[in-house]
Amino acid sequence: MRYAVGIDLGSTTTKAVVLGEDGAVLGRGITNSRSNYDVACQVALSEALINTRFSLVAGELARAGLEAAPRARLLAELERGFRAQQYASQLRVLRDVVTRLVRRLLTKPAALPAAVERILEQMEAELHGLYVAGARRKSDFFRDLAGSRYLALAEQQARAQSVPFDQLASLYDKAILEVENSPEAAGRFEDHAQAAAARLAHGEPRLGAAVERVAAVELRQLCSVGTGYGRQRLPFPEAQIRSEILCHGLGAHALFPATRTVLDIGGQDTKAIQVDEQGIVTSFQMNDRCAAGCGRYLGYIADEMSLGLHELGPLASESKNPVRINSTCTVFAGAELRERLSLGEKREDILAGLHRAIILRAMSLLARSGGVRDEFTFTGGVAKNPAAVTALRALLHANYGELTINISEDSIYTGALGAALFARRDARRAAQAAETQAAEGARA
Amino acid sequence: MSTKAAPTPPGEARKDSSQLRQKEMIARHFDRLAAAPETGATSAYTFVPGNLCELLLSFDVLPVLPEINALQSAMRGKSAEYIAVAEKLGHSEDVCTYVKSDIGMLKSGNVGPTGQRLPRPDLLLLSYTGCFTFMKWFELLREEYHCPVAMLHVPYQADGRITDAMRSYVVEQLRRKVIPLLEQITGRAYDEERLKHCLSLSAQAEDDLVWVLQSARSRPSPIDAYFGAVYYVGPIFSSFRGTQEAVDYYRELRAEIGERQRLGLGPVTPEGDMPGERFRVVMEGPPNWTSFRQFWKMFADEGAVAVASTYAKVGGVYDTGFRHDPARPLESLAEYCLGCYTNLSLPTRIELLVRYVREYEADGFLINSVKSCNSFSAGQLHILREVEGRSGKPGGFIESDLVDPRYFSAANIKNRLESYFQMLEQKRTGAPS
Repeated sequence: MRYAVGIDLGSTTTKAVVLGEDGAVLGRGITNSRSNYDVACQVALSEALINTRFSLVAGELARAGLEAAPRARLLAELERGFRAQQYASQLRVLRDVVTRLVRRLLTKPAALPAAVERILEQMEAELHGLYVAGARRKSDFFRDLAGSRYLALAEQQARAQSVPFDQLASLYDKAILEVENSPEAAGRFEDHAQAAAARLAHGEPRLGAAVERVAAVELRQLCSVGTGYGRQRLPFPEAQIRSEILCHGLGAHALFPATRTVLDIGGQDTKAIQVDEQGIVTSFQMNDRCAAGCGRYLGYIADEMSLGLHELGPLASESKNPVRINSTCTVFAGAELRERLSLGEKREDILAGLHRAIILRAMSLLARSGGVRDEFTFTGGVAKNPAAVTALRALLHANYGELTINISEDSIYTGALGAALFARRDARRAAQAAETQAAEGARA
Repeated sequence: MSTKAAPTPPGEARKDSSQLRQKEMIARHFDRLAAAPETGATSAYTFVPGNLCELLLSFDVLPVLPEINALQSAMRGKSAEYIAVAEKLGHSEDVCTYVKSDIGMLKSGNVGPTGQRLPRPDLLLLSYTGCFTFMKWFELLREEYHCPVAMLHVPYQADGRITDAMRSYVVEQLRRKVIPLLEQITGRAYDEERLKHCLSLSAQAEDDLVWVLQSARSRPSPIDAYFGAVYYVGPIFSSFRGTQEAVDYYRELRAEIGERQRLGLGPVTPEGDMPGERFRVVMEGPPNWTSFRQFWKMFADEGAVAVASTYAKVGGVYDTGFRHDPARPLESLAEYCLGCYTNLSLPTRIELLVRYVREYEADGFLINSVKSCNSFSAGQLHILREVEGRSGKPGGFIESDLVDPRYFSAANIKNRLESYFQMLEQKRTGAPS
């Protein structure tokens, strides 16, 4: 099976979208960006290919006559099982690496190996609970998910065993880099999926057969296009690199064809983009000189509040009395927050004010790019944040009246989708050129 | 004359023979300035827009241009240090960085771009052409040097035209204030015949400069009318307008560019001949000086050539027909000052840009908005929308600064430029279906 892929290497996350030859989205993958961009791309692509195989399993089950509702349930169970298997294999690698690091320490408190062992045992014991139906996870990334548990357990062990917490934490910090970059930790679709299918209690025989067939499918890459802030570092030739402005414009057009204005709030920049009826960018504005109010700002705020990034929006949405905040300087985010807390403001009210301030900056950028035209599409990771969306809706309505506002479930993948569409076009053009050349060769 | 692309050693900028000639001219000028304390030569500090170079030369006064010194400091990598000196003295981060670089240079020994010390001014000749900061700048220099200041007030061209009253207002100031002060400082009488001679030399050089700038109408353009033009306008915007040296320089430059045009060559960049013109753009706003070569390379690497720019008009807008006129010496100096780009209203600037986009068959236009310069930057987003609307060509917007390296974010600017050029390309090829 042949596919085109787009990879969006952002400052916070790296996303990949896989398209079939017919242009349908087959799979999406996401991972946190890291200092090694090549690895981030590989992981995002491998996640997207795993996701592609899940799509293929869904297709197999549909062809086997399974109804939509039980099919969706079965797939969700399979995916949870798969993730649990993957988490378990990552945890195994984490155990190996941490144990090795402990062994290598020249001086260590006598209780350190036992404390580490207890942390890892406890994490393994908790594994099942993380992936039961309805369980809420702080993040989809192993680094964050395992990290939050490891550090919480390390605190307990540090107190109980009189071992320095910093030493326990530094073991994790060192080990996680190796775990993230290990193909063995991520594992292969066939191993995890087949194990997961075999474990499903109700033993639907069609599922096992579908997984087996899909595992045997060869996925062959036709073309790839890279985009995003780190695109110059992508392991692609220059011709296969596109600006994220073009990719977000085209991706938004693909998701919502009537889109004319796109707002993308990414990790370190905000983009206001105007597109025509074909998704071609006609003008754009980006923040410059100062990245105040971008996605990274929310990251700092989450860190300051010891919350997961996913938890910020829901908490801000509980606000009854938002605080007015003007500065969205990322550097002063912590100081601003502590100042407000010291004045007795509620966390949710401060957060609601911060979200509004971010959107106010975006509104200024939209105005600079030529205003907002109907339909309006909001893309990027921040589009998943309910408090940001509420503030945006209110300000758009106040400034531009009634508008259709589109936000896709998969908004974070918009840039990668645009890149994948460019990749598919490039592949088709290359194929056409090869055909023409062959025809000319035959005539000669 | 050399138009053949000689291999450029890595890291060294490629220079044509006109450029080498210019370097020698500048070196001679700074030698004269450095020797002024011994020779007793008189010097006047003045600004590029609205400079009265011919009038100064007719009194044998040597011009010093602080703006040019500031940008030269940036190109030599000295401006960060000078700005830090000025900030230490209490100048805010928001003050124009030309001013701070100049003040910092002054406080660090007043060593100019050639490494020689500049003389103290005998006169501060302030032509006010749209930049309020000029006044504040010379107030600071007056505090330092305690020398006379001649303030020439040039009325703003709010309605887009020069009226008789505006012209005579400037001429009257020249007659009653500026010339008497020059007479007093130099001990010489005003020599109108000498002024006329200088003005006739100006007009000759201006003809050749306009020819060079308009050569960008060819495809490929033999010049870069923004980055390359910075060198071309050097002599005429600084101390050489009205001299035989400038006439000779522009004659040589014209022949050089004419030869490139005949051979179908693109512009010379610091990295050598630029191959393959992919995009033709019109530029608005001054360039960044601290990363000038890097900034230029971002364009050249994309095959983007500036075919016209407003910055190449800050020291005089000649391509709309104005020439210094020996038959009307003071009147034409007044018209020159009134017609400077910084003295033009927003509608006039918009018209000029639209005209450039059309006449030079540009694919689009780009605005480099600099933090330091409100004279330039105020209204630029309005200009962007208007020019887009009227020309039908897409505009792009980048932000940097004149001489403060802290405001040049290479990654961000490169990202925007790449996005902009890819947008132009996408408009040609259409969207993926």
